[in-house]
Amino acid sequence: MTDPNTTLSPLELGSHDKTFLDANELIINMGPQHPATHGVLRVILRLDGEKVLGLECVIGYLHRGVEKIGEHRTYTMFNPYVDRMDYVAAVSNGLGYCETVEKLLNVEAPPRAQHVRVILTELNRIASHQLWLGTHALDIGAITPLFYTFRDREEILKIYEKYCGARLTTHAFRIGGLQYETYTGFEKEVKNFLTFFRPKIDEYEELLTTNRIWVERTKNVGKISAEDCIALGVTGPVLRASGVKWDLRKAQPYANYKNFDFEIPIGENGDTYDRYLVRMAEMRQSVRIIQQAVDALPEGPIMAKVPKVMKPAAGEVYHSIEAPKGELGYFIVSDGSTQPYRLRVRPPSFVNLQALDAMCRGQLVADVIAVIGTLDIVLGEVDR
Amino acid sequence: MGAIIQYIESYLSSDKTPGAAGNMFWALVYIMLVFGGLSVAVIAMNWLERKILAHMQVRLGPMRVGPHGLLQPIADAIKLLLKEDIMPAEADGFVFWMAPLIVVLAAFTVFVVVPFGPTHAITDMNIGILFMLGVSSLSVLGIVMAGWASNSHYPLIGALRSSAQMVSYEVAMGLAVVSAILMTSLNATGTGTLSMIGIVQAQMAQHEWFIFKFFPLGLVAFFIFAVAMVAETNRAPFDLAEAESELTAGFHTEYSGFRWSLFFLAEYSAMIAVSSIAVTLWLGGWLRPFPNMLSGTPWDQIFSLFPGVTFLFFAAICFYNTVRMPKHPLFRIQTIGLAGFGVVLGLIGLVLFVPAVSVRVQDIFWFSAKVAGFMYMYIWYRGTFPRYRFDQLMQMGWKVLLPMGLGVLILTASVALLQQKLWHP
Repeated sequence: MTDPNTTLSPLELGSHDKTFLDANELIINMGPQHPATHGVLRVILRLDGEKVLGLECVIGYLHRGVEKIGEHRTYTMFNPYVDRMDYVAAVSNGLGYCETVEKLLNVEAPPRAQHVRVILTELNRIASHQLWLGTHALDIGAITPLFYTFRDREEILKIYEKYCGARLTTHAFRIGGLQYETYTGFEKEVKNFLTFFRPKIDEYEELLTTNRIWVERTKNVGKISAEDCIALGVTGPVLRASGVKWDLRKAQPYANYKNFDFEIPIGENGDTYDRYLVRMAEMRQSVRIIQQAVDALPEGPIMAKVPKVMKPAAGEVYHSIEAPKGELGYFIVSDGSTQPYRLRVRPPSFVNLQALDAMCRGQLVADVIAVIGTLDIVLGEVDR
Repeated sequence: MGAIIQYIESYLSSDKTPGAAGNMFWALVYIMLVFGGLSVAVIAMNWLERKILAHMQVRLGPMRVGPHGLLQPIADAIKLLLKEDIMPAEADGFVFWMAPLIVVLAAFTVFVVVPFGPTHAITDMNIGILFMLGVSSLSVLGIVMAGWASNSHYPLIGALRSSAQMVSYEVAMGLAVVSAILMTSLNATGTGTLSMIGIVQAQMAQHEWFIFKFFPLGLVAFFIFAVAMVAETNRAPFDLAEAESELTAGFHTEYSGFRWSLFFLAEYSAMIAVSSIAVTLWLGGWLRPFPNMLSGTPWDQIFSLFPGVTFLFFAAICFYNTVRMPKHPLFRIQTIGLAGFGVVLGLIGLVLFVPAVSVRVQDIFWFSAKVAGFMYMYIWYRGTFPRYRFDQLMQMGWKVLLPMGLGVLILTASVALLQQKLWHP
């Protein structure tokens, strides 16, 4: 039975350590083809009946070697690749990468570009949270919110499509600013979206927030303390739901976030329900930021002076932004050539996924699904 | 020829169900009719569920096969019949083969005692309700067998969940049923009945549906049953046994093709079966609204129009949508099909206006209409609720519904006793 090529943990094989596999215990392989593991995540569960004794994530089914590709592309050529990591928040990925290279080149995007960047990135945060909400609710068994969120996400994608021609992997930003000026009626459409979307958040909340079954399914499920979050490097809404007020938009302001007035929603218990509330509140804050940005959209150039052939001085730079899922960092080592010497991505999903075991231990199988959903992972980003 | 007509007429004026009268031929005809009708109901339910759910979820649902997807269930049935019949290599072949049969058998057999009207049942047993509860809970055996025989982890967990769930909800369900049966004994002789037809007749005699009896006791018992019956049939929000996001498809993960469709058939007919129990026990079975208050010939005639009017209404919907169909030549066949469907419904509606027909059919109509209401509720639940977790489900069964059921039973018995001793000594 044992495949010698399988070099996974004793947890799965059971043969290395006979004491592991008690008669009452059951090893279940969940994924990579499973409806609720959000792509190709594979989780090996060790169960006692329905109770989870431990689990292990097996990743890499979507590995495309993005970081290695980065070493063989010029800085500009690599830009579209980052969209393929977290494909539901492609704009955020692009923002992080462009800002990192700008930092390396010592240029700064002009104010108009910064504003448009903030508008599109926050729209992307809403879109990402909408997708999370729909799939998370679907995992817990509520099938209807999925269609509501996808219906409304479509409006954001329409704005993207009009702006840069793509809906998912947008490649919206360029190093040094933007390639495209906003289209005619961009501001009006964004404002229309905001008025359209505000009541929609209430609509989602109406379906779930006070729903008895939803509350029972999410309260005290996948609890994680602030200390554990910090120790595991968990960031984003998961960290904030545990009560840590850490948002890079405020803590280490990038782009021009310091010009905008918004709050960082935090939770108390660090359970799935709090993470749900935090993300709902974040959508509201994003609406607030977009409103301010679009109201104060300045005129001016959209592209800074950037050399056609980028040869940043030798050195290294780390820059991180608050992606919808947490801290998205890029670490670039330049040797003065046109290509990065080393490009490393710190993806939020990958780091957050570490917490899965800590959050699921002692809970039930159904909770594993809820926790995978609440971590909001995108496997494209986990595996890169 | 004359003898045959006489034979049929002798039946039509009978006041007994064919089974009770010992008329094997008519019993056989009834079995055919009930199972045929049930299959049609399952097909219709399949289409309706997809359409209603789709409209709740801002989408259209099936639209391609036939006008408004009307032929979709038939297309699906053909697809399932043509699919490869896969049996896992490690499965226990015989048990794997038996499991869907048991489930289907249990789901269909209960309809032997379902009273569609005072004479419209295959048979009338004096233990009718017990028979229904007993046989319908047999289906859990098939589910456990399916999960075990698949020799696979997900089906096994699904089957275990399902059996635990059905066993624990059966208790609460039984208590609710007993409190309704208690109410049947509130007559001059003080003897109750377990016969399905007898229960409806008791509601007629007491001038009250049992859901309104001893308000709110009847309502609470009905509520307990209404919750338990959703759990009993493994439907959302209690569909843990086939929780798609957790266990892929639960106990029928390894089943494909026609075997799978048997599970599907059984699930839907079980839904209809438990709804029939609820309708019979609490909602007056085949009784039309206000049979006592609004009695007399004019009211009878007005209510006898309802079946025909309903079908005409459906036909009108069909015609309305025929007019709204796109005028493109590609849609011509679909438009004709929809109009034809409307004509069929309209003709059925017109036939139902014939007094000789409407008198005999209206019991069946009211019964089906009430069951259809429950079917709608099933779909509505599915569109609205998230799924319960296993421990929460058990908690609700044992810690909420069971004490509630016991309380309602004791209170019903006390109130009934008081009523008999004090007000009608």
